[in-house]
Amino acid sequence: MSATRAAVTISGVDKVFRTRKGGEVHALSDVSLEVAAGEFVSLIGPSGCGKSTLMRLVADLDPVTSGTIEVFGKSVEQARKDQDYGIAFQQAGLLPWRTVRANIELPLEIHGVEARARRERSDELLALIGLEDFADHHPDQLSGGMKQRVAIARSMAERPRLLLMDEPFGALDEMTREHMQNELVALCQETGAAVIFVTHSIPEAVFLSDRVVVMSPRPGRITDVIDLSFSSRDEELREDAAFYEGVTAVRSALHGGADASSGPRGVENR
Amino acid sequence: MRGATTARTMLAPAVLGVVAIALWQLLVVAFDVAPFLVPSPSGIADAFARSLSHIVDAARVTGLNALIGLVMGALTGILVAILANALRVMSQMLAPLVAALAVIPIVALAPVFYAMFGAAAHTGRQIIAAIAVFVPMYLNTLNGLRQVEPVHRDLMRSYAATAEQANRLLLLPGAVPYVLNGLKIGSSLAVISALIAEYFGGPANGLGKAITSAAAGSNYTGAWAYVLGAVLLGALFYGVTAGIEAWALRRRGGS
Repeated sequence: MSATRAAVTISGVDKVFRTRKGGEVHALSDVSLEVAAGEFVSLIGPSGCGKSTLMRLVADLDPVTSGTIEVFGKSVEQARKDQDYGIAFQQAGLLPWRTVRANIELPLEIHGVEARARRERSDELLALIGLEDFADHHPDQLSGGMKQRVAIARSMAERPRLLLMDEPFGALDEMTREHMQNELVALCQETGAAVIFVTHSIPEAVFLSDRVVVMSPRPGRITDVIDLSFSSRDEELREDAAFYEGVTAVRSALHGGADASSGPRGVENR
Repeated sequence: MRGATTARTMLAPAVLGVVAIALWQLLVVAFDVAPFLVPSPSGIADAFARSLSHIVDAARVTGLNALIGLVMGALTGILVAILANALRVMSQMLAPLVAALAVIPIVALAPVFYAMFGAAAHTGRQIIAAIAVFVPMYLNTLNGLRQVEPVHRDLMRSYAATAEQANRLLLLPGAVPYVLNGLKIGSSLAVISALIAEYFGGPANGLGKAITSAAAGSNYTGAWAYVLGAVLLGALFYGVTAGIEAWALRRRGGS
């Protein structure tokens, strides 16, 4: 076991969904990918390329059809039971009858953390996402961006070494989105967690990631992996030439992977 | 603003009620209608005031039966719904039974229960109220338990939550509005069933018995006064459960 042990190792994974009419949908075909500890990897590709499916397999929310996935050297089921990852979805998925604080504490409560320790942790996280004044509010009193911040705080409640995020900023407006991206960068630097981040925004993937994994549909597979080694990720990076080079590299990888005539659909170029 | 709106929504039905009663009184007096056909509102109010203590006593008996039935039926309905939600086979097995309970007039079973538990016991009335309450409670709770969003289901799985934890933290709190709505519907059914069950025999106290015996003794105005008591009892049950529902929904901060 080296210090740089992989957070996630995906080897030769296939996923086939059976439809109700007896047909088959080949969602993923022979996907292999390794995510190092502390690494930020984005999955990008047009709708139907299986990027969300791949994340759900890592989370053990759906079973693989063939191939193997290991999380910190364990089976995905064991990793889920050991709470090795935190997860956030496109919908915040907060429980409407619980306050912001109680929502953040939900995973801790389920895993038997005592009330005082729970409160300390939720205080820390509320400060981290800047919502201390909203601790006792209910989700319906929050804006979309605030809800998403609570969901991200909840995913970090147990200090996981791996974060799985399925388009967590997908439903936010551009301004809020950039703000949230900056916050996520800061949070990741603080916690040192590895992240698998599903998105269909090219600039978002480039801004956040150490590596961008480009996928194509029917069947879903990895067509390209683009390395981005920015020295720092801040507002200035968004105006930097290197950032635009990254955007161009990802865009051409996306276009190269699909039919030249139609181009990838469902990918935002903004 | 809100106070004014509330006042307006309260005022409209109140005005309608007053106008209807005034018209009723006017017609009865103007056409000199006999009390056994239609007694006048003032006559009923008179009888109501005169036998108030009787009405309150009878309402206590019927109300207690209805309350016991409501609690029994509500608890059974919720419990069976939780089981049926956990075991698909069970909900399929129960479907025809619940459909049967929903269409059979349960009060028709009253004479059977009086034979089973003896004519001096209130048990039969309470069971009838409980069965009547069970149906909307079961259906509403089951419906509520099934309203889980996929994202919440995924979250609970990612937390490796046990079935008990998922029920306690996600399914049951999510079903609360449905359960309370079922309780509101059940509350009126409980009163109606407990009262009608009295028509078929059993102990001689209670509002239903009072209505039949007053009518049998040609005391029509008195019978109407007891009916008014029954209306008020039903309104009390409905008002309390609707109040609980409104309070709980406000407290949970919407959704």
